[in-house]
Amino acid sequence: MNAIEVNHLSKSYADFEVLRDISFTIGVGESIAIIGSNGAGKSTLLKCLTRITEPSQGSINIFGDPILKFRTGALRRMRSSIGVVFQKHNLVPRLSVLTNVIHGDIGRLHNVSKFPLAGIRNWGQISASNRTRKKAMEALEMVSLSHLALQRADTLSGGQSQRVAIARALMQEPNMILADEPVASLDPVAANEVMSLFYDLCKNKNITLIFTSHNVEHALEYGNKVLAIKNGRLSLFKDSNSIEIKTLQAEYD
Amino acid sequence: MTDGLIDIDKKSELNNLPRRYKKISITRYFIYLALIVMVIWSFQGSQFSFEGLLDSTQYFKRFLGEAFPSIGILGENEHSITWKDTFRYTRELIETFQMAFTGTLLGIIFGFILALLSSKGLLGNSRPMRLVQETVKALILLFRTVPDLVWAIIFVMLVGLGAFAGTLTIMVDTIGFCGRFFAEEMEDVDKSPADALESCGATKLDATFAAVVPAAMPGLITTSLFAFEKAIRGSVILGLVGAGGIGMSLNALFNWMAYDRAMVIIGMIFALIFVVEQVSQYLRRKVTQNEEKRI
Ligand SMILES: Nc1ncnc2c1ncn2[C@@H]1O[C@H](COP(=O)(O)OP(=O)(O)O)[C@@H](O)[C@H]1O
Ligand SMILES: [Mg+2]
Repeated sequence: MNAIEVNHLSKSYADFEVLRDISFTIGVGESIAIIGSNGAGKSTLLKCLTRITEPSQGSINIFGDPILKFRTGALRRMRSSIGVVFQKHNLVPRLSVLTNVIHGDIGRLHNVSKFPLAGIRNWGQISASNRTRKKAMEALEMVSLSHLALQRADTLSGGQSQRVAIARALMQEPNMILADEPVASLDPVAANEVMSLFYDLCKNKNITLIFTSHNVEHALEYGNKVLAIKNGRLSLFKDSNSIEIKTLQAEYD
Repeated sequence: MTDGLIDIDKKSELNNLPRRYKKISITRYFIYLALIVMVIWSFQGSQFSFEGLLDSTQYFKRFLGEAFPSIGILGENEHSITWKDTFRYTRELIETFQMAFTGTLLGIIFGFILALLSSKGLLGNSRPMRLVQETVKALILLFRTVPDLVWAIIFVMLVGLGAFAGTLTIMVDTIGFCGRFFAEEMEDVDKSPADALESCGATKLDATFAAVVPAAMPGLITTSLFAFEKAIRGSVILGLVGAGGIGMSLNALFNWMAYDRAMVIIGMIFALIFVVEQVSQYLRRKVTQNEEKRI
């Protein structure tokens, strides 16, 4: 079974076609870098994979499931097993780091419990179960931030925030993580740290990682394969060992 | 031409020079004209006149004359206020405060719930949900637009004279106020944390309470404090239609033309409002400062 199978995917806004007839397959545990110039459609593609944006045409199978046929409940269950990390970390600013990490467990708790609304316990670290809090501290440990657990999220640096966002994604026990320019707002040192942390965590836990990046070196280093989008079309999908930096830079013309 | 760095003569056919003034359209002219007409027309209708203000000075003098010189708290003459009166007015003042506080608290709670239900896209975007949102919005509008004295008259009719009618009035008024501004505050916060939660399997309800409400909290608190200030000011006059509080005594004293006693009550009201506003202002500043520090 593959992690992702996308077939003839298209997405249009009114009369503007953002994605055009895209097909590709990604195996379990692979790490894929998506590159392309601004407005090429990278974010739209990622959003289609969790149906934050509804595709106009085509089919998407995630771990074998035809997710475009899912209704609200099944869709939520599917989403709760996919971690998402954005360029802007998207932490809730006024809440503690620990609470933000625990938020990653809301959807999963809804699914595993037979009580409706079980997940609302995870709105804050105060009400969360001891098990959840321990798990969250463990996740923070993995990104080496457990010492900041009770600090407010809006006091963190960009790199720290992004690591908290990763911890929140890990909290979901995901089998796949989608990251949209996860290090674009970080300085080069922090960017490298976060990328390699990300890569190692995913490899260790056999999590399929799909990230977009404007950094072609990152793409080659942290992606097993590189997928390039140009004007909404898939223009390259190759093993990163068989690609030269120049080829990738050409994708930006 | 070579006398300057920039040769302005070279392209003398230049025809993209920006206009000095914006052209004002005919409709604009008419709007301005209509505004002027409206000002004149309104002044006429409102019977505003400086003569009237000047003529009133003799009544004003009489009022002042009766309001001030005879005040002798605990004095001997028939007008003077006794301890008993002082206690009664104090008790009524406290009742006014209690009405305002209870009414505001209930109003904040129900206003918050209605704000959640009326905020666009907060708890859902389905067709029935949108219908709920529009309906609740209309309800909040109704609460807000009907003046509080009218609500007071209605509630006095429904539950009788006294503080309960006043409390209900303040509650409804606060629901209207908080319902609107809470909704605005929650619609204004950055939605990306909420979207992030939804994209990892949280429901709209989760996203609202775990991400939107915490982010909007400073705004919700300051709005609530404003609502309380407004309620304290509003609660004073509710007594005029019999809806409890110190306004009832004030009304009675004016009817008996006991201006000196009325002055005492006005002084007490002033003190209450002053203290409440100062405390509230202090708290509001604390909340905003606390936010600024973090950013
Ligand atoms: N909601 C939307 N409505 C209309 N156009 C959109 C919307 N979202 C994205 N687009 C357009 O789709 C194109 C691709 O956007 P995006 O996927 O964000 O590109 P990328 O992430 O590669 O920079 C852009 O031209 C953008 O303007
Ligand atoms: Mg993008």
